Amino acid sequence: MALITRRTALQLGASAAALGASGGFAFAQSNIKTADATPPKLDIEKGATLRMLRPVRFVQPDEDVFRANCARFTKETGVEVKVDFVGWEDITQQTAVTANTGAGPDTIMGFNEAPHIYTDKLVELSDVAEYIGKKYGGWLALAQKYGKKHGTNNWIGLPFGASGGPLVWRKSAVNAAGYDAPPDDLDKYLDLCRKLHAAGKPPGFALGNAVGDGNGFANWLIWSHGGFLVDEDNKVAINRKETVDALKYLQELYKTFVPGTIAWGDISNNRAYAANEVWLTANGVSMYFALKRDEKLRPIADDTQHSLLPKGKMDQSPMAGLTLNAMVFKHSKFPNAAKALLQFLLEKEQYDPWLQANLGYWSQPLENYSTSAVWDSDPKISLFKNTMRNNFWIGYKGPISQASAAANADYVMVQMCAAVASGQSTPEAAAAEAERRARRFFRS
Amino acid sequence: MTDASLSTWVHRRAEPSWLGRLLDSKPFLVVVCLLPAIGLLMTFLTYPLALGIYLAFTDTTIGRAGIWVGIENFTYLFQDPIFWGAVFYSVFYTAIATVGKFGLGLWLALLLNNHLPFKSFLRAIILLPWIVPTVLTAIAFWWIYDPQFSIISHLLIKSGLRETNVDFINTAWPARWSLIAANIWRGIPFVAISLLAGLQTISPSLYEAAMLDGATAWQRFKYITFPMLLPILAIVMTFSIIFTFTDFQLVYSITRGGPVNSTHLLATLAFQRAIPGGQLGEGSAIAVSMIPFLVFATLFSYFALARRKWQQGETND
Repeated sequence: MALITRRTALQLGASAAALGASGGFAFAQSNIKTADATPPKLDIEKGATLRMLRPVRFVQPDEDVFRANCARFTKETGVEVKVDFVGWEDITQQTAVTANTGAGPDTIMGFNEAPHIYTDKLVELSDVAEYIGKKYGGWLALAQKYGKKHGTNNWIGLPFGASGGPLVWRKSAVNAAGYDAPPDDLDKYLDLCRKLHAAGKPPGFALGNAVGDGNGFANWLIWSHGGFLVDEDNKVAINRKETVDALKYLQELYKTFVPGTIAWGDISNNRAYAANEVWLTANGVSMYFALKRDEKLRPIADDTQHSLLPKGKMDQSPMAGLTLNAMVFKHSKFPNAAKALLQFLLEKEQYDPWLQANLGYWSQPLENYSTSAVWDSDPKISLFKNTMRNNFWIGYKGPISQASAAANADYVMVQMCAAVASGQSTPEAAAAEAERRARRFFRS
Repeated sequence: MTDASLSTWVHRRAEPSWLGRLLDSKPFLVVVCLLPAIGLLMTFLTYPLALGIYLAFTDTTIGRAGIWVGIENFTYLFQDPIFWGAVFYSVFYTAIATVGKFGLGLWLALLLNNHLPFKSFLRAIILLPWIVPTVLTAIAFWWIYDPQFSIISHLLIKSGLRETNVDFINTAWPARWSLIAANIWRGIPFVAISLLAGLQTISPSLYEAAMLDGATAWQRFKYITFPMLLPILAIVMTFSIIFTFTDFQLVYSITRGGPVNSTHLLATLAFQRAIPGGQLGEGSAIAVSMIPFLVFATLFSYFALARRKWQQGETND
């Protein structure tokens, strides 16, 4: 994009409204189907102004389009919207302070479990959710799970998208090992990893204290063997045969990994993959784009494929996407304006350009957006459009709660796996230790 | 005559106004002058400390205010192997790193105390590791210890001394030693420069007298340098122990307490449980449990190292 001076920025702002849907940015035309639905009657309060908090962008156009969308809301309704972009690691704490003090932003777009922790401080969003759901072909499974209060049909959050971490692999290496793609069967998958290892092109998955990648791998390992941290009644259920089996499987699988994955953070596999040190790993779409944009790494990008994590014993690939979850606080003086803003942002005139601006980093929560042009922009990323068609979430199978979020953030599952992989614990001892730690979080 | 003139002298100093009297009052002035300092200390030191101690006895989480649970957090922690692992490593880390820092720091100080060319320049360079922000140090060491991209592994493999990457932080003990090495590297300048300042206060006449008596270099160190340094050594060691015991940035940036919690210090574990984990009560309890260790370390330095008898021989009171 050309250099933007203050003056051209002002012109951009002025032309944004004139250009309509694209908000000043050129996007491919998507064919988004809509059904007839009556929007809820939201009486926007007189003199309303809104403050919103959301996580910082992945890519610059994310922020630009988001701001342009909010500016158009202001233009149409006269409601001033101030959006603050907050670091990912801070938004949970800022949400907590906002909820507990009853002051601050009117609406926050947080992560995953946030609305479920502060349910009694939030405005119910069912009217907006039902209208949007009806208009755009229904909410996808993960969106329903994160949006609705547990065991009810009452919406407390409006999911805006999710970011998943499927397998990323080098086609040449996997094909040379005799596979078209990583298999869903656990034994065959182990065989593939062994062959990759023998070929000097090992797989590698983070087993260190890495919030995204570490938990992603540990959850997949346990879930794909039929295990889970807590059952439907929120009882800790990690110390079971399925978990022990999964950990025994890990003992074999870990031998095929590149050395050092117990020390890996969230960024480590990206670096190792880009340096031809790792040939099969799991990551969000960001890694592929980083490779694709770099001239020198382009050959790696060309040889890269994405596929879902192996299903193992489940009928669906077990992966829990990181979900953007918007909520409106009761302390807001303008709850209707806040709801109207969220609804406005989810309408296709705003949502589709934003989805495209994110290049696939975020995947839509609504059925009909799966025809967005963003998923045709590169066939290698089209897999990500199904991120929210998923029945696994952080804290599966229990209700979404503070406890499951805390167990995740405290690496209970990751460290159980790492303890076994490093030979520090037997599978049985590690499962028992995870149970002890989980019980602490899930005590009532 | 004299008596009469005295009795007619009636000029008296005007009665000071209430404000004047107030400003003359010593107790009032004491209070007024101390108030800003006390206010600052109360707001930024006493209140957070008291709040932290209070939280340690509640089950507060980031999502909700807690209730008083007495010593429940502590009873849980006392059965928690991860907590005891952190206690062990905190003590181990502090002990080894302090010995390392003081051994090397004292040696460096003695070297710098000699007349070297470019003395001032060398002294300035020595301070560098300490001036660099800890986070930058941590990031540098994070790269040095990286399992795949370590410069040390790279050099060793290039020179044919090794065939595989060095395991710095992938298993428990190497990780523990690697972090201690990073901490020592960072801590040496502080010790060296402080001790150098101490060395320069020692009167050269003492050394001249000792030389005349034919004392060897070792004897001069043992009977002059070391005893004269002890008072400053005690202070520097107190500071160093406190800084090391409460270290956070190095460990959190390089290993985040991993692999499998083997390098958690009490400070990193407290942060991990309280902020990312959201368990403010339990995190506070871990932080509070550092206090006895710190008090003990301080008392030890003061009462053991700063005693006159230690410094100046058994008979000198």
